Amino acid sequence: MVGIASFGAYIPFSRLSRDDISKAWGRASMGGERSVANNDEDSITMAAEAIFDCLRGVERQRVDGILFASTTAPYKEKQCATLLAWVTDIGPETITADYANSLRSATSALRAAVDAVSAGSTSGVLVTAADCRLGYPRSDFEQSFGDAAAALLIANEGVVAAVEGSYSHCDELLDVWRTPEDIFVRSWEGRWVVEQGYRANMELAVSTALKRWGLVPKDFSKVIFPSPDARTHRRLAQALGFDEKTQLQDPYLATVGHSGTAHPLLMLVAALEQAQPGDRILLTAYGDGADAFMLRITEEIEGMGPRRGVRGNLASKMVLPSYERYLSYRGILDTEPGEPFRLFPSATVLWRDRSSVLRCHGSRCRVCGTVSYPIQRVCVNCRSNDDYDEVRLSDKPGKVFTFSLDNLAGRSDDPVVVQTVVESEEGSARIYCMMTDCQPSQVRVDMPVELTFRRIYEGGGFHNYFWKCRPPREGGNQDREH
Amino acid sequence: MGCTQFGERWHVGPNDLAIEATYEAYKDAGIGPDDIQACWFGTVTAPMIGIAGTVPAEALKLKDIPITRVENWCATGHEALRGACLGVASGTYDIVLALGVEKLKDTGFPGLGTGRGMHPVYEARRTSPGSFALAATRYFYQYGLTPEEGKRVLAQIAVKNHHNGSMCPKAHFHNEITVEQALSAPIISWPLGLFDCCGNSDGAAAAIVVRADMAQEFRSDPIYIKGLGLSMDCMLPHNRPGFEWTTFPSLVTSSRRAFEEAGIKNPRQELDIAEVHDCFTITELVIYEDFGFSPRGGAKEDVDSGFFAIEGALPVNTDGGLKCFGHPVGASGLRMTYEVYKQIQGRADLPQRQLKDVRLGLSHTFGGPPQVSAVAILGRELG
Repeated sequence: MVGIASFGAYIPFSRLSRDDISKAWGRASMGGERSVANNDEDSITMAAEAIFDCLRGVERQRVDGILFASTTAPYKEKQCATLLAWVTDIGPETITADYANSLRSATSALRAAVDAVSAGSTSGVLVTAADCRLGYPRSDFEQSFGDAAAALLIANEGVVAAVEGSYSHCDELLDVWRTPEDIFVRSWEGRWVVEQGYRANMELAVSTALKRWGLVPKDFSKVIFPSPDARTHRRLAQALGFDEKTQLQDPYLATVGHSGTAHPLLMLVAALEQAQPGDRILLTAYGDGADAFMLRITEEIEGMGPRRGVRGNLASKMVLPSYERYLSYRGILDTEPGEPFRLFPSATVLWRDRSSVLRCHGSRCRVCGTVSYPIQRVCVNCRSNDDYDEVRLSDKPGKVFTFSLDNLAGRSDDPVVVQTVVESEEGSARIYCMMTDCQPSQVRVDMPVELTFRRIYEGGGFHNYFWKCRPPREGGNQDREH
Repeated sequence: MGCTQFGERWHVGPNDLAIEATYEAYKDAGIGPDDIQACWFGTVTAPMIGIAGTVPAEALKLKDIPITRVENWCATGHEALRGACLGVASGTYDIVLALGVEKLKDTGFPGLGTGRGMHPVYEARRTSPGSFALAATRYFYQYGLTPEEGKRVLAQIAVKNHHNGSMCPKAHFHNEITVEQALSAPIISWPLGLFDCCGNSDGAAAAIVVRADMAQEFRSDPIYIKGLGLSMDCMLPHNRPGFEWTTFPSLVTSSRRAFEEAGIKNPRQELDIAEVHDCFTITELVIYEDFGFSPRGGAKEDVDSGFFAIEGALPVNTDGGLKCFGHPVGASGLRMTYEVYKQIQGRADLPQRQLKDVRLGLSHTFGGPPQVSAVAILGRELG
């Protein structure tokens, strides 16, 4: 049996009220709010969060593949899945690949993972998808899009949702697109995009798939339609004969927005959080055609440990004070960068130190047990030399030992940099890092924190990533609903 | 010794500053450039590729003698002095110039800037105020001071140093401030406000170091180096396991070494003046305790009682300190030594700020993330 053995999600802490967007442009609000990646987040950092959520309770040795899907990868040339492998401490003997260019790329990756595990060439493949697409200022997309990530572990053991059927077709149309030079998503006339693009393809895919599987709509307990808007969502369900009250998975359009490539998986994770053994789930995705998957929930779902998931991420948020803040967080408005850096970004330094910088490994002295970060070849306590084990600190909680609120080092849209010395629960290692996703005035000595991988600055023509700390998301890890 | 006017010296460059300080020192010692046998030159904010001894060579036209550039963060001025002392003590040279120069106001930004570390990402947003504020936060926490109470203690240190600086012609700032002004000043890096932070200044200072047994040939009132301590903490405090942030091992060990060399058993009672590294007010507070001037957690009481005021039992930073005199990094150690030197000689620039009967004094700098501390003990008597 091949299917989903674990799952996780990530929704950024920051949200923007759609009323604030509408006020800025003097047009109607779609209502609700959308998620906004912080100015230190991108599709890689969000995917890393989703993978860490997915890996709760999972032995890393089970993972031998990472597939990353996004239309907003921070590099055009340079693989993101490899970076994610290092950040999440997988491999290096692992297959990696990036999937791109279509909102269907996450389900394309899912299909590839299922096929690879079925064929026996791999046994545990992480499929992760993240997007932070930009709509033109004032456009409908600006309101309807959201930023998020999700991750699934596809395996042949411990399967909680077996993949029992799949269907795909492609269609060639320019409904939404970006050229390499485009920052914002372009589209053709909205009615054609919805009717001939989304609805026609989805209806064809679902009706054909059901026919092939010999199933009817009432055979499914939940159906996942990642629709562009609530009206289209309802009408698609009606057209296909699904009961919108009982069978439709919440599309989170009012709370997150459409998170592009990530959206089908995000909705699936939410459905899995509430699924019961025996449930049949229909997963679909649209983009240059459509995909459909039939999933069957197994008894293993009862044993799933708590995770942050969609519910935990939704439960904690900070609403941005203004539309302008969103514009600067997403780089649409330039910000004054703060004081210039004195350090030269260096690809070789980052490569040499990747165990500490990316994996967040410290060293545990084999002689005296002292844990230090970053990795120290000579122990600070007993001065043993090259006699240590690497220890992962990224997923260990900690607390603030001391902090400062620095007004010199920030950018103009985030002028206060919270500098912290974190004491990790792992051997009381100290980690000097910035705090993100917080209210600076609420920071206290001894407050609990967790680590999060972030993009800290641009330099050398590449992105410089490092770890920050943050207050634990209030939603915490959620037990499964029964 | 010699010391330039400190401040925003827009119209002069590093070479001019070197000339200003050195020629005062020549005159003070009654010598000229031909007498200098070697030079230790300290500066910090040089270009990445280094500048070696070019500044003193170009500016002072020191001909065909060894010039060594040193850099040890904020302890650079003391490092130049130490190099000169070791050169003379080794018997290699008789007359050596120690020179510290810093031209901060050519960099285009206030302060020392962001990313003060050794690595492109670990310390990408580290600033000096941001790092020393970590000590203030932890000090308040450990000793049960509310931020308001803690900031009030620190404000009194700023008020004292501004009062002292107001009487000092060569200081960068001459304004007196009140505790309330300090408390209501804009925040630079919480909990530190504007008046908790030292000035960013241009300046230079110089010392002529000679063999002790021939010092009387230059002046009738030479000042003797009684002890030198330099200590580097073994790991960046920010990442060092167990680091307390209310005490710094380099401060403790560098001062202990210098006191031992000078035969000082009770610095609180035996010292007549101390010029310590008040880059931030919290630094001066922690130094009181790490140098043994105050018991652990007891610095607040001494601040409240005025123990370190210019009329107090142990006057600290009588020229305004880094806070008011300014902090051109590579020059500061020699500038502080200059103040102690003049006070011991009884030759303070203005009589109203001359201390009475100064026999033994301390100058000190503390630099880096912070990590390195240098202490010099100066005295009126040989031996």
